[in-house]
Order: sequence, then C-alpha cells, then structure tokens
Amino acid sequence: MDLLAIDTRLGDLQSQFWKAAGETLVMASIALVLAGVLGLAVGLSLYLTRRGGLFANRPVFVVLNVLVNFFRPIPFVIFVAALQPLARHVVGTGIGIWAATFGITIAATFGISRIVEQNLVTVSPGVIEAARAMGASRSRITFTVLVPEALGPLILGYTFAFVAIVDMTAIAGVVAGGGLGSFAQVFGFRQFDQVVTWAAILVLVAMVMVIQVAGNQLARKVLRR
Amino acid sequence: MTALVELRGVVKEFPGARRGDPVHRAVDGVDLSVEKGEIFAIIGYSGAGKSTLVRLVNALEPVTSGSVVIDGVDVTTLSERALRELRLGIGMVFQQFNLMESRTVWGNLAFPLTVAGVGRAEQQQRISELLHFVGLADKAHAHVTDLSGGQKQRVGIARALATNPHVLLADEATSALDPETTRDVLDLLAKVNRELGITIVLITHEMDAVRRIAHRVAVMEKGRIVETGPVLDVFADPEHAVTRRFVGTVIDDLPDATVTAALREHHPGRLVRLAFRTTSIRQSEAFAAFLRRDVGFELVYGGIEEIQGSSFGNLTLALTGEDAAIDAALAEIEPTVAWTEVD
Repeated sequence: MDLLAIDTRLGDLQSQFWKAAGETLVMASIALVLAGVLGLAVGLSLYLTRRGGLFANRPVFVVLNVLVNFFRPIPFVIFVAALQPLARHVVGTGIGIWAATFGITIAATFGISRIVEQNLVTVSPGVIEAARAMGASRSRITFTVLVPEALGPLILGYTFAFVAIVDMTAIAGVVAGGGLGSFAQVFGFRQFDQVVTWAAILVLVAMVMVIQVAGNQLARKVLRR
Repeated sequence: MTALVELRGVVKEFPGARRGDPVHRAVDGVDLSVEKGEIFAIIGYSGAGKSTLVRLVNALEPVTSGSVVIDGVDVTTLSERALRELRLGIGMVFQQFNLMESRTVWGNLAFPLTVAGVGRAEQQQRISELLHFVGLADKAHAHVTDLSGGQKQRVGIARALATNPHVLLADEATSALDPETTRDVLDLLAKVNRELGITIVLITHEMDAVRRIAHRVAVMEKGRIVETGPVLDVFADPEHAVTRRFVGTVIDDLPDATVTAALREHHPGRLVRLAFRTTSIRQSEAFAAFLRRDVGFELVYGGIEEIQGSSFGNLTLALTGEDAAIDAALAEIEPTVAWTEVD
C-alpha cells in the first residue's frame, strides 16, 4: 500500500473519479433504457414484418434490415464522431455527455434490435398460431404472447447489451463525454498512473457484475427453471 | 342432420420456395361436409394436405379458391376482424400442444377468455369448470413445463373449449403421445363430443384413433379426398388402395399375395373370402349351406372386428368338394354374403 500511495494521485482525484463514475452510470443507464425501448421496437418490427410474420411487409423489412446491417458494424469510436451533426440537431450539442449518450443510444439501438429479433425467433410459431386460432388480434399476440414468451432470453440479451453499452461509454471521451473510460485515459494512461487506471477498471467491472447478476437472477425467475 | 362445416372445391396453393419454383398444391379440389354433432376424421399420410386443409376451416390460411362455409357463413369472404369473431367459436387442438410456457395452466386458460372479453370473475368460474372437465383440477397453478404430454394436451383441449365453441379442430392431437395417453385423450375428445355436443374434426394418421371415436372418415391423399363414408363401412370395405393400407394397420383380415401363396401350399381346394356384415346371414347359416352339399370348409385366414358396437368379419375359407356343389353353396349365400375367389 505504501508503495502505491507514493506513486499515485488517486487520492487527489477522488472527487473527479466519482464524478466520472457518475457520468458513466448516467450515460449507460439512459442509453440502456432508450436503446432498450427503441431496439425492442426495431427488433419487433424486423421479426413481425419478415416473410410469414404477423405483419409481413417486405418493403418495411428490407429497409429496416439494410439500415441495421449498415450501421451495426461501424466501430463506435468512428460512429460517435460521425453522428455529431445529428447530435447537434437532436440534443443541441455535438460534444459532452449528452452528445455521447445520444451516440451510444443510437449505436446500441441497432445492436439491441438484432438481439431482440434473434430472441423472438426462438418463440414457437405454434404458440403464435394457437393464439391466432383463439381469435386474438395481431397486436394482442405481439404484446401478450410473443414478448412474454421470449422474456427470459430477452432479459439475458439486454444484460449482454448493457456490457456493450458500458464498453461504448469508455469511448465517450472522443466527444468530451467524460466517464470512467475517459478518466482512466487522461489521469491513468497518460500520467503513467496504473492505480488510477485500475481503480476505474474495478468500478466498471463492479457495475457490469451488478447488472449481470441482476439480469441472470431476473431471467431465471422469469424462466422459472 | 345439417352440415356445420361445408367445403366446396377447395384449393390451396403455396408459392415455391424460390422465385421460379412451381407452386405447391397442398389441397387440390376438396369437397366435404361435416354434420353437426359428429366426429369427422380426416386421415392421411404426412404431406397428404390434411393439416393444411384444417387450417382453411378457421382461415388461419386463406384458400386459393373454393368456399368454406361454417354455419352458413362463407369464411373466405370475411374480414380479419370478422374472422377473429368466428375463431372464438372454433376451438383448435395441436400436435405439439402449443401452450404458452410463460404462463401457468390457469394463465393459459385465461387467455382465450380475455380475448373473448370475459370478465375476471366469470373467468375464474369458467377455468375451474374446464379444469374439472379435463381432470386437471389440481394443476391449476402448475407451470406448463412441469406437465406430462398427456396433461399438456388436456390443457390444450380445455383451452380450446374455453369459449364454448361449436366446432373443435383437432390437428394430430394424439400424435405426440404414447399409446396409453393417446387412448385417454381420445376418450376425452369423445366425451367432449358426447357431453357437450361439440362437432369435432379429427386430423390424424392413426387409424386406431379413427376406429375408436370417429363417426365418419375421409381419406386424403395428395391433396384430394379419395374415399369418405361412415367409419364402419370404410373399415369393412375399404375401396381405395390408400384406405386399404390404413385399415390394414389395425385390421389384418385380407391375405396379401405372400400369405395367399402360403395358404395355397397348405390347404387344398378353393380359397374363397366371405364378407360378413350386419345385414348378412349368420356364419352358422353359411356353414350349414356348405354342410348340406358335402362341401368341406376350413377357416384359414381373417377375423371378426368390432367397431363402435357393430361387427363385421372377413373370413377366408378353404373349400373342398365337388366344384358344382361349392358353386351351388356359394350361390345360396350370395344374396347376403359377398364372396370373392382368392387368387
């Protein structure tokens, strides 16, 4: 401990450290909620409009599919920069925590939509057919059969998405978004202060673990296994 | 008796898997009518089009051409909204049960009731009634994944009955079950028909299911109905080759070529098959006709079958004696017992 205490400025940086942790948490939570909702909408649309789907519609499916395929593979570090003009329109600024959150939300939406689509595919078509045979409307089937039947895997998918979102928050520094990633870069990596770097890592890992455990628990409860 | 479900010239085509592939005609000009209150079986091998056909009845699939009339209403002309209304009156049971695993037994039964707009208090009562009817009163709050196959199908049947339908479509309802459970589920379907007066369309590939509970049967092959009639008639005198194969799976009373050759080796004389039916003379009278003319007879193949209270027999006899005497004896019984020379 003595050795570390000599080499690090972590003590002096405490208030900035916790502020950065707060920024990461804010960015990740807002992005998870917004991208969660948007991703669910896009993923559902992909699933429902595909051939043989409840709302089969080829043009809509093709457009969505191409959009997701185009944007999803773009590395986030480039994507967030490329999104700056749009961020100015939507959140009023091209830099800072809100611009970063905007970028993360959009990027995560594309990622989550694929996760949602893939999990919905696992729902037995027979169950959907049975609901149709009982006279249920298509929207009722979507929200009271399809989504509940896929809920367990969906929760696990969202847990997985949260890890990816935390990963993206670490790049928020590119647009001056702050957060632990940026903190570790500036005060750890560039100052050769390994303690600061590792402190940031530990908090990030702790955040991910909390969500991971919570997600697993919830999924298990939903799946009742 | 009035037709409750009436199909006229029904055709269903599916587009080919890829662009340019020929269309697949799954149902090819089917006419049939299901009477109110009966159990009407449609039997066929897999791929015969029977599962597609049953989905045209509740319009889960639209017909390509032809008409499907239920209780006087042509379903092929209905809007999506009107179809949903119609489906409340048509229950459906599936081979793979198709229960919602995210809900308990109770939740699964509540679903159709909620769709039908039944209030919560009334749902409670109806679900309890249904569970008692199918014998699962103790499983109300069980999770679907904890049930056996037979129990799942009972829930499936209860769910199909929830909205008091007048028709029940059973699509291979017993095909995923073991023989004993199959019998239990068939008995339950018979009870649904008997006690609730619900008309059942039974899709199956098991002739035993037909024999056990159906009143009439249609045999389907390559999208067409090749034979139809009361179950007893179809079993006693199958006309089409496919029907004969199906009947042969449960009743083996017609010797095939190999058996005939073996019989001929061991039994001298003429091999003649007699078809005893409820309308024919008794066996003793037929045998008496042989005895009177000194015709020796020996039963070499066949048997007596009982189907839903009626029996019939296809007996192959080896007849020995004067040819003229044999002919005279056969001529005597001919008015009521159909006979054929086995060769």
